[in-house]
Amino acid sequence: MSSTSHFPEGSPYDVETRQRLEQDAKEIIARYPKTRSALLPMLHLVQSVDGCVTQEGVNFCAAVLDVTPAQVTGVATFYTQYKRRPMGDYHVGVCINTLCAVLGGDEIWDALSEHVGVGHDEVTEDGKVSLERLECNAACDFAPVMMVNWEFYDNQTPETAKRLVDDLRAGRPVPPTRGPDSLCTFKQASRVLAGFPDGRANEGVQAGPESVVGLELAKEKGWEAP
Amino acid sequence: MGGAVTTLTPVLTRNWDQADSFTLAGYERDGGYSSLRQALTMEPSAIVEAVKDSGLRGRGGAGFPTGMKWGFLAQGTGKPTYLVVNADESEPGTCKDIPLMLANPHVLVEGIVISSFAIGAHQAFIYVRGEVLHVIRRLQQAVAEAYEAGYLGTDILGSGFDLELVVHAGAGAYICGEETALLDSLEGFRGQPRLKPPFPAVAGLYGGPTVVNNVESIASVPSIVGRGADWFASMGTEKSKGFGIFSLSGHVTRPGQYEAPLGITLRELLEMAGGIREGHELKFWTPGGSSTPIFTAEHLDVPLDFESVGAAGSMLGTRALQIFDETTCVVRAVSRWTDFYAHESCGKCTPCREGTYWLKQMLKRLDAGQGTEEDLSTMNDIADNILGRSFCALGDGATSPIHSSIKYFREEYLAHFTHGGCPFDPAKSTKWGA
Repeated sequence: MSSTSHFPEGSPYDVETRQRLEQDAKEIIARYPKTRSALLPMLHLVQSVDGCVTQEGVNFCAAVLDVTPAQVTGVATFYTQYKRRPMGDYHVGVCINTLCAVLGGDEIWDALSEHVGVGHDEVTEDGKVSLERLECNAACDFAPVMMVNWEFYDNQTPETAKRLVDDLRAGRPVPPTRGPDSLCTFKQASRVLAGFPDGRANEGVQAGPESVVGLELAKEKGWEAP
Repeated sequence: MGGAVTTLTPVLTRNWDQADSFTLAGYERDGGYSSLRQALTMEPSAIVEAVKDSGLRGRGGAGFPTGMKWGFLAQGTGKPTYLVVNADESEPGTCKDIPLMLANPHVLVEGIVISSFAIGAHQAFIYVRGEVLHVIRRLQQAVAEAYEAGYLGTDILGSGFDLELVVHAGAGAYICGEETALLDSLEGFRGQPRLKPPFPAVAGLYGGPTVVNNVESIASVPSIVGRGADWFASMGTEKSKGFGIFSLSGHVTRPGQYEAPLGITLRELLEMAGGIREGHELKFWTPGGSSTPIFTAEHLDVPLDFESVGAAGSMLGTRALQIFDETTCVVRAVSRWTDFYAHESCGKCTPCREGTYWLKQMLKRLDAGQGTEEDLSTMNDIADNILGRSFCALGDGATSPIHSSIKYFREEYLAHFTHGGCPFDPAKSTKWGA
């Protein structure tokens, strides 16, 4: 199986993990009028346990959703957030779409990739950091943008990017610019994506400075909607 | 607007400077959910009429009249009707829905309840892209708070109306912003577009009649109900009514979100944003994301409404104004956008899958200075064979940067060939560059 698989084999879930996953799966399935709609959140869920999609995770999804492993594989290989090997505890993305690239994303990527010693979708030997060349993450007014475990790190430079990764590897806390007070791990993030809130929505700013420039100007000028 | 100075009109962004703007308490303090109370006393058809009368057009790019879309819903199918909010904001340059949901998720939730009541949906979904964790937290919390307060669930505010709302995270695929690909994705499949017709209004999610609307469209509904269709229509232009969030990014002094009436110009917006970064001048820009043909300095006074931008050869799209100054190489910009389309093409149809692949290869070569003028004709030809021949708008969008850059910057392509490479210094375009 493993020679033809798209995913690492993964170790079989122990009884306790399996029971918890089955309970979570029930909750996910109950959200939807039709069972198969649960597949995307289910794949996020198995990533929250394994750090990536494994064959074990694929088989589990197939079993609880009553579809074939091939059908699950077809879906899991379509979406870039489903990883086919374990990512680092901190999955670091640099936006290299045109606007961020031009404003410095390309320089950041080159500097960071050299500094960390890994390339796109690769992980450092200590398993702490993985890098990804990201497409537009809808924060262009904060360019150049980086993401760590899908939290925003706005207005980066090559220097801040290298420091950020150094701090993460050293275990020093580096809160996102628009996110919670501290970073969660890739696995913890995946659980939120599966639809299980982590209770941290109240942390962090409501908006970044760029988001309110128009509003502040309007207030200063006394402009309002009629 | 009759020559008067256009000013900003904060409605959706109005509370974004309040530290608790994303909480139920913060939203209600600002009058939040009063439009819902009002809507629940109205006939659903009267809400549809109000949205029609307001002239609201889809804020996700295509600009289809929202009320008319609702009016197309198939009746008496025996299947449930669904409302699906497209929160998959991924078009390069587009960055309005994400800050909206981060700062003001309740205006979206209120819009969803009102809109669902209007169209008779008892199940709604927010399909939000997966790469924005804190936005997802805020949506999850807003939905939980709304259930707790009786704005969602059974017998909402004693009206007898029931609505369930699910926040559904995607998993990284630009194509899922296309409404039928989004529906396939929400059903648990690869996100690939469906053949239309049938349109989602007839056979959408699970084959039932479905409305798919952009975040900003639905978030505009509470203000239309609360303040009236005439109020909304008093802003904007004759055929592009109301306000919208304009997102300025790139080589501009104060990039960010500017909520203004449709029809404002880039010249006016740039003045508000402090102009192009100091010591530089405007070279090219996108009016509505990378899928809309680029404009140049000659388009500074084009009113940013659907008709005027269209007449000038582009599309209003998502009002994603990506601004590039004279340090930026057009060929590099187009090459990178083309990488994006090739990466995000779902592979379902041949013109898009193969065409974006070849365009990507060609642009790499041209950017490296290894091309001839004939290559430009070939690229135009490939793009001609994608445009209008693809399954969905992704393919069409991929051709916009190609056609428009060759139209406006042919000489710059040629300069790459005579120079034997890119004549620009990318360091000068960076935020910390000269």
